[in-house]
Amino acid sequence: MKSLKHLFGGNTRQFGMIFALVALVVFFQWRTGGKTLTSVNMMNLFNGNSYILILAIGMVLVIIAGHIDLSVGSIAAFVGIVVAIAMRDWGIPWYLGVLLGLVLGALIGMWQGFWVAYVGIPAFIVTLAGMLLFRGANQRVGNSLTVPVPEGFRYLGAGYLPEIGPTTGYNNLTLLIGFALVAFVVYNEFRGRRRLEKINAQVPPSWVPVVKVVLLSAVILYATYLFATGRPGTSFPVPGIILGVLVIIYAFVSNKTILGRHVYAVGGNRHAAELSGVKSKRVNFMVMMNMSVLAALAGMIFVGRSTASGPSDGVGWELDAIAAVFIGGAAVTGGVGTVVGSIIGGLVMAVLNNGLQLLGAGADDTQIIKGLVLLVAVAFDVFNKSQGKPSIIGLLTRNLGGGGGTRKADADAPDPAPTEQAVGTKAVISHDV
Amino acid sequence: MINHTILEMRSITKEFPGVKALADVSIAVRSGEIHAICGENGAGKSTLMKVLSGLYPYGEYSGDIIFQGEPVQFRDIRSSEAAGIVIIHQELALIPELSIAENIFLGNEPTRFGAINWDLVNRTALELLARVGLSEDPTTKVKDIGVGKQQLVEIAKALNKSVKLLILDEPTAALNESDSQHLLDLMAGLRSKGITCIMISHKLNEIEQIADSITIIRDGRSIETLHVKDDGVDEDRIIRGMVGRSLESRFPEHTPSIGETFFEVRNWTVGHPSVPDRLVCKNSSFHVRRGEIVGFAGLMGAGRTELARSVFGRSYGTYRSGRIVMDGKEITLRTVPQAIDAGLAYVTEDRKSLGLNLLDDIKTTTVSADLRKITRGLVVDRDEEFRVAEDYRKSLRTKTPSVNEGVAKLSGGNQQKVVLAKWMFTDPELLILDEPTRGIDVGAKYEIYGIIQKLADQGKGVIVISSELPELLGLSDRIYTIFEGAITGELDRRNANQESLMKLMTASRKSA
Repeated sequence: MKSLKHLFGGNTRQFGMIFALVALVVFFQWRTGGKTLTSVNMMNLFNGNSYILILAIGMVLVIIAGHIDLSVGSIAAFVGIVVAIAMRDWGIPWYLGVLLGLVLGALIGMWQGFWVAYVGIPAFIVTLAGMLLFRGANQRVGNSLTVPVPEGFRYLGAGYLPEIGPTTGYNNLTLLIGFALVAFVVYNEFRGRRRLEKINAQVPPSWVPVVKVVLLSAVILYATYLFATGRPGTSFPVPGIILGVLVIIYAFVSNKTILGRHVYAVGGNRHAAELSGVKSKRVNFMVMMNMSVLAALAGMIFVGRSTASGPSDGVGWELDAIAAVFIGGAAVTGGVGTVVGSIIGGLVMAVLNNGLQLLGAGADDTQIIKGLVLLVAVAFDVFNKSQGKPSIIGLLTRNLGGGGGTRKADADAPDPAPTEQAVGTKAVISHDV
Repeated sequence: MINHTILEMRSITKEFPGVKALADVSIAVRSGEIHAICGENGAGKSTLMKVLSGLYPYGEYSGDIIFQGEPVQFRDIRSSEAAGIVIIHQELALIPELSIAENIFLGNEPTRFGAINWDLVNRTALELLARVGLSEDPTTKVKDIGVGKQQLVEIAKALNKSVKLLILDEPTAALNESDSQHLLDLMAGLRSKGITCIMISHKLNEIEQIADSITIIRDGRSIETLHVKDDGVDEDRIIRGMVGRSLESRFPEHTPSIGETFFEVRNWTVGHPSVPDRLVCKNSSFHVRRGEIVGFAGLMGAGRTELARSVFGRSYGTYRSGRIVMDGKEITLRTVPQAIDAGLAYVTEDRKSLGLNLLDDIKTTTVSADLRKITRGLVVDRDEEFRVAEDYRKSLRTKTPSVNEGVAKLSGGNQQKVVLAKWMFTDPELLILDEPTRGIDVGAKYEIYGIIQKLADQGKGVIVISSELPELLGLSDRIYTIFEGAITGELDRRNANQESLMKLMTASRKSA
């Protein structure tokens, strides 16, 4: 167990979710007689879920900051219909349509962010209003009709990478992406290890990175193989690529930038953050606005995939996105959660959905099972916490942790370190400030 | 009355995963006495009381509890309350939106034909309030009375449960002097009616004043039990027991080197954030010199925190008028970031709800007020963050296995060191420390004082706000007194004593 923890950075929850994901895939692969891990099915999986996963990226930031957004499905639908009509009636090209959609998303986000951040109305209320408002707006603008979108726009939701370079029998660009990812994994592991050494932290035994890199690379290469060997003209799907780029950007922003830190700070303790100089209103405004931009993008990808925008697009998306975020380890009270965790949570749901469909389960059973999975995943976490075991709190966002967190956070509980004498007759403080 | 033993805890051992919180602790409490439990933060006092009150149920600890001659095994708070043991926690367990009477009877409501008998509730509540000397309408909401009165409501609630043994965890920590005294008088009154009290407190003068016996706990072990009358106990004796040796002085030696005036606030007037007509700061003027430690004395609610926070980027109240002059130039600080940039730092009195993000670890907290300093391009440099936190951990002697540890796990003193490190990292010129040693044990206080003096010696100005007059007198070079939002006096350290300060702090108050 300990070695497993080494492999996955001592993060029980994320480790648990990755394990669950792998177990699910293996289970369905077995039950469906090998229909799960096929090129066609994997492409379907990404095409059919990337818009939910994109929503989950925005949603996790909203939830970390201590809010919620119920309006994403309606916003996606509204943006979809406006863009579809603009392209049909005004004849603007598809790329300007995309731009228009993103700008519209930003404007809607500013509207919602204004009420949440500057007027101080709870996001639950603002976005509940937004949910009604933009659903109505979608049906009003589109007269509750379905509006088709041009070919170029469909590329966004159902496109594949072109075939270039020598004829290898594979899709070359997909291969390229796969190899680049493997190289990145190797480089990242190497760099992380050197960094640990540099700050004299505990470095895991040397077999750990080797096994980790080999495992991850195997998974990536296998996926690459699947996607590159689909029927001619297919590749790793375009929505999947958009998703991948967004994951990288948002994982970077939330982890490594000041803005990301501030989102966690505001969600963890807004007042303390403000007294440390964080502009919490601006942070709240930004996360709400960002969510709407991503909702607009998700809506357009969906429209591209289904070739038309309709009056009931995006119904229930907010709940799928929220479920993904909580399965991925975020806390209802804010301050905790990760982008990558949410994507894993979303993938668990997606694989479940997909596998049950392949098995021929009806929508009724699928919903029941998804509900139970959400409950069990969060209950597992709560149980872990009440046992005083390392829980997601304090671990999810940290890669160094691991040991240590074996006790309930209790203000008056005794010091874990053997209490060396705290009282000196002369306190020597020598920090150059 | 004080003769037979009402409670005996024998060889209590309680372990958390990886750490032994209590090791073989024994304590005997005689009937009808006030028994104080002393020890540094993290010594295990609260854990012991949680064992006694059933919060850690039977089976999670080893050892025996004998109450009124019978061995008892409490499964939860309800079972200990049924036996007559009631614990009042430091953080009061009252529901602000409910009335006093509703709170007193919460979970214990008398019913008639299934409906709550409100006449009986309010009538009984009135009687109970009279017993604790609180003249409030029982239908008043708890949020509308002060924290001192809330404490009395808690005691009334305990009396309603026909308490035999009352446990008070830091009962006076949040109270001002007169409320504290009232509470101590009430405890003495309860004693004369035969109710036994166990009291946890850091205020040694109060313990000396009221306790009959004192059990000292250190590092999870019971060290000794002192009988106040027989043993001739004084504060120094208690401290010696708590820290394992005597403290020559409660303040480090310090010779101030005071320079020029560099920070000045003139005619500062601020309105209450929600009641615009009420002024929380009235035409206040003060100044701070380089290398100087300036004390702000005032009763709780006098407007000390309000003054400090309104200066610190207008983070409290609505600004009316007044000027800030720093290094000879007038400056305007409209927001907290502006204040930080100008070189101000404010360490809050309310560490847990205003000072720390309890989800964070030590290293992220340390750099959180000045992230730009460790950001290269867009990226927050994690290695630098670790190094900075590690430096402060060493120089401030923060007791923690590593800076990756969560701040929620630290004791009060160590949390305060992390907060100080966070503000020292912003390289401030003026530090405003609001109750810097609240809820911190004696040993850590001494270290915090040392840090404050060291900062002053580096030429920074330090403002210390404190409710503890001995602390202000021991630490400050100069003291301002504040009463009802106005500065009522300015005393040099040499001319100040508790009496003169108290007089100015209560300046125009008619005998209440």
